[in-house]
Amino acid sequence: MSEIKKEQTTTHKIGIYLWIWGLLFVLSFFSYMVDWYQFQGLLRWSLILLFMFLKAGLIMAFFMHLFWERYALVNVLLWPMTAIACFVGLMVAEGKYTLFSRLFYFFVGGQ
Amino acid sequence: MSDPKIEGYEFKPGYSGMAADTASDQTMFKGVHWGKAMMWIFLLSDTFIFSCFLISYMKGRGSTTVEWPNASEVFGLHVFGADVPLLLIAIMTFVLITSSGTMALAVKYGYEKNRKMCGWLILATALGGLTFVGMQAFEWSKLIHEGVRPWENPFGAPQFGSFFFMITGFHGTHVSIGVIFLFIYAYKTFAGHYDERKRGWFTSMKGDYVEIEILGLYWHFVDLVWVFIFAFFYLW
Repeated sequence: MSEIKKEQTTTHKIGIYLWIWGLLFVLSFFSYMVDWYQFQGLLRWSLILLFMFLKAGLIMAFFMHLFWERYALVNVLLWPMTAIACFVGLMVAEGKYTLFSRLFYFFVGGQ
Repeated sequence: MSDPKIEGYEFKPGYSGMAADTASDQTMFKGVHWGKAMMWIFLLSDTFIFSCFLISYMKGRGSTTVEWPNASEVFGLHVFGADVPLLLIAIMTFVLITSSGTMALAVKYGYEKNRKMCGWLILATALGGLTFVGMQAFEWSKLIHEGVRPWENPFGAPQFGSFFFMITGFHGTHVSIGVIFLFIYAYKTFAGHYDERKRGWFTSMKGDYVEIEILGLYWHFVDLVWVFIFAFFYLW
């Protein structure tokens, strides 16, 4: 009996999964609408990023159960992302420099 | 996910719990199956690979002096006499989210030892994944017919093709591998391997419904990557 009891894993109510599922559909629909209405500039990319991070957060937190995991696991997984964020920052700067060099040498010319 | 209990060990919540878990001179991820921890570590390394692809795409696109192809038009479809922007990609996104939802429910029913429900939901997930791969194959052949190559394309900057095939190809490979495993796990679930605690292939580990959660983590990750590809490659 105790053996069987140990195997029982607590699960969450089905409602929470259905809610997250529905939210993901709504958010995907919104991000498609960003393209449909051809928003441009700051509005476009801020909306794209907002919906993207909301969707990613919902999937990780609830579908991948990170919301219910212990901090030892959550922090091991999430802190390395800061390294990626740094890498993105570095490559944005590098990309700007490359673009500047190309524009300069293609159109101004260098001696 | 579970409420772990270890004899003689007090589980503390939050960051003090994290410090205690890490310094306990025992297993660090308390109550987490080793297979699940390993899947998470694999997914973390996979995150870095996909990040490298997307970052190189960002840099390539940001530093070219040639106009970037308009994704909204390139990936548009002509249906019922009207041009609909990004239609195929939108459908692919919805199919993948649907399959992600069925997978999450499969994990839940698996832990509740509802064998039939779990099996059908895994099968539904597999079919969703198969549909996605099929639509991706259609998209690739359409673009190849239109003259998109890794080194040139008729729409704009030549880098577009190489980034497109590399990123969506690598993601599609992940989906395809996931579909194969989903079919295998659907069979194993229906056959009752997890109820009978039957040994798997190449492992001495006894069958357990935690394997469905591990498979689910992989599948949700595939969906997660698509969220980023959809935002950066198709919408941006």
